[in-house]
Amino acid sequence: MAKQVFKRPKSLKENVFHYCPGCGHSIIHRLVAEVIDELGIRERTVGVPPAGCAVLAYNYLDVDMGEAPHGRAVAVATGIKRARPDLVVFTYQGDGDIAAIGTAETVHAANRGERLTVIFVNNGVYGMTGGQMAPTTILGQTTTTTPGGRIALRDGYPLDLSQMLAVAAGSVYIERTSVTSPKNIMKTKKAIKKAFQVQMDDLGFALVEVLSPCPTNWKLSPVDACKWVDEEVVKSYPLKVIKDTTQSDG
Amino acid sequence: MRGSHVIGEAATRAGCRFYAGYPITPQNELPEYLSKRFAELEDATFIQAESELAAINMVMGASMAGVRAMTSSSSPGISLKQEGISYMAGTELPAVVVNVMRGGPGLGNIAPSQQDYFQATRGGGHGGYRTIVLAPHSGQELVTLTMKAFDLADRYRLPVVLLGDGLMGQMMEPVTFPDPIDPATLPRKDWVLGGAKGRGGHLLASLLLDPSKMEQHNWKLARKYAAIRERETEHESYLLDDAVLAVVAFGTAARIAKGAVNRVRKAGLKAGLFRPVTLWPFPERQLRALTPRLKHILVFEMNLGQMVEDVKLSIGEQATVHFYGRPGGIVSTPHEIAEAITKLCYRYDLG
Ligand SMILES: Cc1ncc(C[n+]2csc(CCOP(=O)(O)OP(=O)(O)O)c2C)c(N)n1
Ligand code: SF4
Ligand SMILES: [Mg+2]
Repeated sequence: MAKQVFKRPKSLKENVFHYCPGCGHSIIHRLVAEVIDELGIRERTVGVPPAGCAVLAYNYLDVDMGEAPHGRAVAVATGIKRARPDLVVFTYQGDGDIAAIGTAETVHAANRGERLTVIFVNNGVYGMTGGQMAPTTILGQTTTTTPGGRIALRDGYPLDLSQMLAVAAGSVYIERTSVTSPKNIMKTKKAIKKAFQVQMDDLGFALVEVLSPCPTNWKLSPVDACKWVDEEVVKSYPLKVIKDTTQSDG
Repeated sequence: MRGSHVIGEAATRAGCRFYAGYPITPQNELPEYLSKRFAELEDATFIQAESELAAINMVMGASMAGVRAMTSSSSPGISLKQEGISYMAGTELPAVVVNVMRGGPGLGNIAPSQQDYFQATRGGGHGGYRTIVLAPHSGQELVTLTMKAFDLADRYRLPVVLLGDGLMGQMMEPVTFPDPIDPATLPRKDWVLGGAKGRGGHLLASLLLDPSKMEQHNWKLARKYAAIRERETEHESYLLDDAVLAVVAFGTAARIAKGAVNRVRKAGLKAGLFRPVTLWPFPERQLRALTPRLKHILVFEMNLGQMVEDVKLSIGEQATVHFYGRPGGIVSTPHEIAEAITKLCYRYDLG
């Protein structure tokens, strides 16, 4: 008799993803839903998606969701969490959102040690607005506003926000992963689960940065987009645990 | 008790349990008071945020979670808060925003001013929304209007602005407070984000990609605003029954105008004061009702003429509208306004 081994997580709605083929957002959504199911927290979880390709995350994740203005997700999430500490609150933010317009909010939320779980989807571009340069865009990368490639002298350097956040005393767990292979996807899921667990254990600010392909704006096939992450993007953004003080007594 | 402390105490008694703000003069005494007051309460949160942007968005989050929430600032900070106010208007979230106005534009100065009347009464940010705007003119009214602001915000699910100035914030007056409200006894909000227990996920969002849904939503907001205009205007009439000239002023300017009216009355000139308490909705009908019996109206503002436009819209051609105002943060004296009233009375032979 056939046994169903792969099914839709309870926290994921039936709607078909609107994301482009090969987009990392669909995979990461599913991982978040699986983690919420496995931790048994669907009925006390609140998600905060700001503007970005994933602003419609609430069409897929079947938990309470509050939309934030572009860049302000952690501020909105801070308000929810402080008002209702019994809830598990996560944000789901793009690199433009978290590392450009929302840098101040993010640095200070991390520094205050807000009990939040941040899913930071780094695709190196402003996906939703058509592929402009993001603060994370790597040097030489072509975008609609860096037609000849990003040049440090004119455009500045790629910003490693996760590394910056690791300096904040209130952050306890920061890991960078990718979703380019089954192995990397499993690692990402583990990291997301841990980032939720850190909040549930009341330890402090937790963030997972996921390097995510945007085939559409990179003008690559889904397969080549994953290759570009594995071969090029990781040079600027190495996959690793950037900070983990969950085991320390301090 | 100092005005800004009165607002803090009244907010606490109204069941406010969340405050986020960023320091700016002349309103610092309010967050300072609340930082101490909220520390005494188990269920209250005070956050000194990294910016006004962060503060208003924290308030938005607390509001989504169903808690009575407030922020405060002064003019330049209120400009930054407009992003969040617009999102809350669109998402239909209650909150109370205190603006202790200062002179502008830009950094301006910290002197009392009413330069933000347009910004407050026309929504202030993008998207054609409205906020209810309350203008206290005394210590006791800081109590009643602060508490009322929270009720209105919850009833209509929108941000309510309490509009004052540094004079109002520093003013020392004896006040009495009603008993504190236990937040647990407030009407339940069934729309909040509190965890999807035994139900599908709630959504609070202002994004409406479908143009017909956007239009439907804006019509819904318009009906709400129409209901507020219908039901919630508030004003004070002071010595208007036999008056031949009405001064129209709000907030600190109304206090000064009251002194001026008392002065000219002693000299035998029959002036009175019409004081809008709600600036939006503006008490149009109530003001129009004074005309055509009253032929002359003198609008006094601590700016170069903003509310005067609403006065003109209210009364049309029914009376002649005059204006007196100063924009520099210099506070006019009752003597100065009495002189303006007297000149008008002689010029138009108003006995
Ligand atoms: C105040 C404001 N400025 C600009 C925008 C337009 N905008 C929407 S999403 C976005 C950037 C999205 O990039 P990112 O955060 O990296 O998310 P992605 O779409 O790549 O997943 C911008 C600039 C906005 N919504 N609000
Ligand atoms: S534009 Fe990029 S980030 Fe947006 S849905 Fe398409 S692939 Fe994903
Ligand atoms: Mg992006």
